[in-house]
Amino acid sequence: MTRPKPEDDEYWNSSKFSAFTFDDEDDEFTKMKESKRAVNSMLVDDDDDDDDVEKVSWSGEPIGSKPNFTHSFLLLQYTLAYAPELRKPKSECKDYMSDWSPEETVRRMRKGKVFSLERFRSLQEKLLLLDEAVSENDGNVITAVLIYLKKSLSKEILFRELMLREIALRHYVHYLKEMGEQKLLVELMKALGRTDDMALMQYKEHLNIKDEGQRRDFLKNCLSLPFSQDDAIHVQDHYTLLERQIIIEANDKRGDAEIFKKFPRKASILNMPIITTLYYSCFYHYGESDVSTLTISEKQYILTALGARAKLKSWFDVDSLFNTKNWLGYTKKRSPIGFHRVVDILQKNNAPVQVLQEYMNLIDDPELKLSLAQKYKCHDIVIDTYRDLKDRQQLIVYRGKVERGSKEDKKIEELLCNMQIRWKN
Amino acid sequence: MAHTGRRDAPELPDFSLLKRLARDQLIYLLEQLPGKKDLFIDADLMSLLDRIANVTTLKQHEVDKLYKVELKPIVSTSDQLCFLIRPRIQTVKWIADIVNSDKASGRFRRYKIIFTPQKFYACETVLEEQGVYGDVTTDEWAFYLLPLDDDIISLELPEFFRDNFLEGDQRWVTTAGSALRLVYSLYGPFSKVYGIGRCAKMVYESWRDQVEDGEQKARQPEIGNVFLIDRDVDFVTPLCSQVVYEGLVDDIFRIKCGSVEFGPEVTSSDKSLKVMVNSQDKVFNEIRNEHFSNVFGFLSQKARNLQTAYDKRRGMDIQQMKTFVSEELKGLKQEHRLLSLHIGASECIMKKKTKQDFQELLKTEHSLLEGFEVRECISFIEEHINRQISMIDSLRLLCLLSITENGLLPKDYRSLKAQYLQSYGIEHLLTFANLKQIGLLVEQQPGETLTVMESKVGKLVNDKTAGKLTDAFSSLAKKSNFRALSKRLVLIPKSGEEYDLRVPRDMAYIFSGAYIPLSCKLIEQVLERDGWTGLEEVTRMLNGHEFAVTGGTNGTEARIKTDPQRIILVMFLGGCTYSEISALRFLGREKGYKFIVLTTAITNSARLLEALLDNHA
Repeated sequence: MTRPKPEDDEYWNSSKFSAFTFDDEDDEFTKMKESKRAVNSMLVDDDDDDDDVEKVSWSGEPIGSKPNFTHSFLLLQYTLAYAPELRKPKSECKDYMSDWSPEETVRRMRKGKVFSLERFRSLQEKLLLLDEAVSENDGNVITAVLIYLKKSLSKEILFRELMLREIALRHYVHYLKEMGEQKLLVELMKALGRTDDMALMQYKEHLNIKDEGQRRDFLKNCLSLPFSQDDAIHVQDHYTLLERQIIIEANDKRGDAEIFKKFPRKASILNMPIITTLYYSCFYHYGESDVSTLTISEKQYILTALGARAKLKSWFDVDSLFNTKNWLGYTKKRSPIGFHRVVDILQKNNAPVQVLQEYMNLIDDPELKLSLAQKYKCHDIVIDTYRDLKDRQQLIVYRGKVERGSKEDKKIEELLCNMQIRWKN
Repeated sequence: MAHTGRRDAPELPDFSLLKRLARDQLIYLLEQLPGKKDLFIDADLMSLLDRIANVTTLKQHEVDKLYKVELKPIVSTSDQLCFLIRPRIQTVKWIADIVNSDKASGRFRRYKIIFTPQKFYACETVLEEQGVYGDVTTDEWAFYLLPLDDDIISLELPEFFRDNFLEGDQRWVTTAGSALRLVYSLYGPFSKVYGIGRCAKMVYESWRDQVEDGEQKARQPEIGNVFLIDRDVDFVTPLCSQVVYEGLVDDIFRIKCGSVEFGPEVTSSDKSLKVMVNSQDKVFNEIRNEHFSNVFGFLSQKARNLQTAYDKRRGMDIQQMKTFVSEELKGLKQEHRLLSLHIGASECIMKKKTKQDFQELLKTEHSLLEGFEVRECISFIEEHINRQISMIDSLRLLCLLSITENGLLPKDYRSLKAQYLQSYGIEHLLTFANLKQIGLLVEQQPGETLTVMESKVGKLVNDKTAGKLTDAFSSLAKKSNFRALSKRLVLIPKSGEEYDLRVPRDMAYIFSGAYIPLSCKLIEQVLERDGWTGLEEVTRMLNGHEFAVTGGTNGTEARIKTDPQRIILVMFLGGCTYSEISALRFLGREKGYKFIVLTTAITNSARLLEALLDNHA
């Protein structure tokens, strides 16, 4: 071992010395505390002598910018206070234990002193003890009392009493959660009539099941749990989803189809959210069959399918997503999401300018259209929009942003010379 | 930068002592198990330990090998095992398993658990139940307070938030009381203690109890007043996107124990770099409290100055050059290094924020705070969810919507929840149950007919008017809060007025002038009024539990406004954000106070919400 630095040495010599002086006895500790108090007040009285005291530092190190002896003394005080043998005095007489009131017992528990709960045998005494712990707000002690009650009361009685004591109940629930006492928790929730919570608590268990087959079976069993109406639908969806994912996974794992060779899967589809599964289906199995029986909105479908088809650069599919035929057979582009959002998604998937422009032109709001067109450098649209807005000034300004002699430059030139247009400025 | 305000702010007390106390205690405890030993450390204690003692110190006290607690079988061959852990049942169970498997294989070792900052009976019971009580000795490392900076002290107990506010477990109340007591005995006595929140009140009582049977000191105090506040008094503030530099760095890179790891995209090399971010970093210190929009300008100015300083070398003679190299060059190089680091970080922040359409996100947040165009906000959130953009951000926006609107309309709640589960996984059912329990994301109760009527009226008129109606009705409805609080405390500055972020006029600058953090506004008001008088309506809406009491002194001499009187300790129970700290620093500059923030942990929207997730085993 390397030799400690000098100041460490000094510190340890001194502190060992102090630890040695004080025995395990409780009264010794009290004496020490008394003398500490005496020393403390002594020092405080001559505040002016701070400068002299400064030189006497506990470890020989400078103590911050304003060193004083009180600080150093506290160092000793804390070191000693947390020395274990001093905290648990042997001298405490067992005879007196049986007489400790709930107040005294809780007080001793809070101070980390020796205590005994065995004398609290009648239900009334036990509850007094619990209520006293709760009134002192110390969660550590509340839980300690609850552990004792758990051991010494039947669960029916304990549950019944906890029903009337919200704070204690929450400590108990948390304790059981941490101990992993799932069965007891479920019983407790049932006894309390909190069936929603009970169902969720049981549902949570599925997270611990690694094997997907077992997980699916577990979820199937969950279907009969008393969930709230809305949650029951979600749990049903969860089961249906995993069931489908298992089938998809079994087929796709080998990756025989051409598309998997071209775009290898990054991960298995098991346990992915519904939207991710939809994306996956739109990416690898587009048009194969009805994608999902799960209830999703048109908006969710369009957003997801758009992302997947755009990623594959299937502009034809993208196109047909938005085509609607009216009764005369004309096709019209319609979207449940704003076309500016469509453009955004297409752009993020590196769509060519022609595709971008097509959808940009479908944006109703000219301001929005302009800002997007400028952002993505769709010159034609910017120029056409200014033309439609009859904004000559802006067109002149924009001319400075396109390359001189380019197609766009010429287009602006032509427009500016066009006498037919009635410019507003 | 452009900060005026009072210059006579008092000096802060020296908190480095806390580290020395902790270090000496730890060494003392290690010495209690003499001889060579292997030390197992809880993963979340590693950074903390780093601030207190280095490996050399541990080795000097016969620590042979260091391991991270991973709750897996161990490989140690040492005869003595020491475990430095948080008092968690799971960890103690793991230790009991080790002891039992050693016993089964006939192996003899000595075991010691050092719980920090304290042990819990529940943990000891585990040792007892597993039959290893007595085979394992236990101890406590009473390390409560880690100074993260000149004005920030942390308990580094992130679990305080979930345990207390979600689970309703008061196990940390006494711990917080002991932490306050430690501050009190080293830097007290306090002249006044204010607070709000159920936990705050309990912590105050715990501290008072501990002081009563402890020392009564009459020394020169270094801290004047104390303000205790529960995190659940103000959930809005930590849920907002941070836009002040330090907060942004935390949101994006996650500051851990006062240090941050900048990846290759920041360092513009192939290596990551771990740096401390605190007042010692001169560049950081000047920009930490600035709105992000000022940071680039500041950094480029700084870069120009640096260039000028380097340029001085030209035309120097040998002697001058020698002085330059020995006196200035080192400092300049240091500054150079820091400057390029923070420029790199700022660029990275910009890049990330542009990618996620930050501007639109902020617009939505501000609309929610103002109660303006709420339907548009809901569509934005919906689309955010549908596109599977950040799971946490979606949740954050949902919670903001719920708090600012006093809960969601049942049909909105159902639909948004369904879409959320579809995008991010159905197991988030459990997360939603948690958020409901803690009150962050709730459904308006069907009984609240007023609200239903409001929304109907709201559809006829525009949202702004609907917002006003909410105000009018809120005093009648039972649960209502944010909108009314915001109006009463004037948290939303008048829109339409130009807000110069370079010369902030109030604490709202930390949110681009859109919102004054509720938590900090309360502190300002109470300090100004020296109590809660005149704030009755506010405290009623915040669920009460407010208090204002004279501290440990007899109070007579405390009336004089001495320097320590202007040093205010603010204790956040359940965490505080860097933005709030920036706001308090601003308030301090304006009013001639110095704030010291004592928090159970530094938090931000992501940490707060992650603590409430239940989507994993």
